[in-house]
Amino acid sequence: MIPASFEYHRPKSVPEAVALLADLGEDARALAGGHSLIPMMKLRLATPEHLVDLAGIGDLKGIRADGGDIVIGAMTTQHELIASDLLAAQIPIMREASLLIADPQVRYVGTVGGNVANGDPGNDLPAVMLCLGASYHVAGKAGERRIPAREFYRGAYVTTLAPGEILTAVRIPVPPSSHGAAYEKLKRKVGDYATAAAAVVLTMRAGRVESCSIGLTNVAERPLWAEDAAKILVGSSLDAATVKRAVAAAEAITAPAEDTRGPVRYRTKMAGVMLARALARAQQRARSA
Amino acid sequence: MPKTQLSMTVNGQAVDALVEPRMLLVHFLREQLNLTGTHVGCDTTHCGACTVDLDGKSVKSCTLFAIQANGAEIRTIEGMAAADGSLHALQEGFREMHGLQCGFCTPGMILRAYRLLQENKSPSEDEIRFGISGNLCRCTGYQNIVKAIQYAAAKLNGVPFQEAAE
Repeated sequence: MIPASFEYHRPKSVPEAVALLADLGEDARALAGGHSLIPMMKLRLATPEHLVDLAGIGDLKGIRADGGDIVIGAMTTQHELIASDLLAAQIPIMREASLLIADPQVRYVGTVGGNVANGDPGNDLPAVMLCLGASYHVAGKAGERRIPAREFYRGAYVTTLAPGEILTAVRIPVPPSSHGAAYEKLKRKVGDYATAAAAVVLTMRAGRVESCSIGLTNVAERPLWAEDAAKILVGSSLDAATVKRAVAAAEAITAPAEDTRGPVRYRTKMAGVMLARALARAQQRARSA
Repeated sequence: MPKTQLSMTVNGQAVDALVEPRMLLVHFLREQLNLTGTHVGCDTTHCGACTVDLDGKSVKSCTLFAIQANGAEIRTIEGMAAADGSLHALQEGFREMHGLQCGFCTPGMILRAYRLLQENKSPSEDEIRFGISGNLCRCTGYQNIVKAIQYAAAKLNGVPFQEAAE
């Protein structure tokens, strides 16, 4: 399959990239790892006349601590997320979720920025970002701004990123070192999108949930932050009855598409099962303060 | 659309070419450099038959534009055997352990296994299976591919290969 013709641009800096995107307008697309965009171009579902490749911009790479946050450059690959000792020590759910994305070859090329900015409800990292309370650094011709991940996703492939803007980094507040987290993903095979997946980050105090946050993947047109389900759990010992109520609250906000991964009811139930498993594993991993 | 100048190193040889930006890396390797050992399988980023090594990463060359590889160092199956024709340990392993039947997936499997063994000199069976999970084989059932990679790891580490009991 051969994509339609386009003109290739390789800016060396973020200002150069946003200037190009502003000048070229709607006919231009930013290219990160390309593992969503290039397949779309091969199918001619996307036919941009200009590609602005972000791979030559050194500022978009790297993982660094910044105060109580970790900032990850948008062009950092999923392979690099997995290899990062800093993330493994401080935000281990990033490694766990990244290992479940696609396959090794895709992870060498696929980027964190592409994964979260594309707005594909099947991507794994957006729900993790909602769960962690991350924010996105965004640059456009008018300057830079930060968008909370929880306000970023509007629908399938629809985000609050304005035309001509690019996502330059994700900023994640480091959870307390005593936290427990887990990402549970049900998929039919390696490389598949989730039938349903759940991300959990929680802290425990004296045997009870002190704080809890939940994200859900691929069970609606956008990633979901299950705020009500998490609230139900706070103060509980994660006893079976309370978990059951929280699972029901999470299932209630899902609206999965019926596709080859299964009918709506099945995928809704699997979101609940993934959440229950993620809660149990996160609890095991948490150190009670 | 104007063509773009491209320079890269493929199997140790410097390559300069003019390409259309839309040319995929796998087509560039096969059609412009005549390196047809890299196969087009699914053409949808799933099967891994087009896997090559690019700057220390295993990549699916059907899902990269050649121009994205400008300046890169690339290795394909044609670059695995030594100049005198002696096989790389992985090629020898696939032959000795019957790691191929039709052979279509083999170049991608070998290039992926090459990078896996660069990163992990003595992978466990689980690590091998996880490591090649982006490569599909429709003949072997993977048993003998895993053994072939274990054979190569042992040979590269200079230790005798011991087939696990089944």
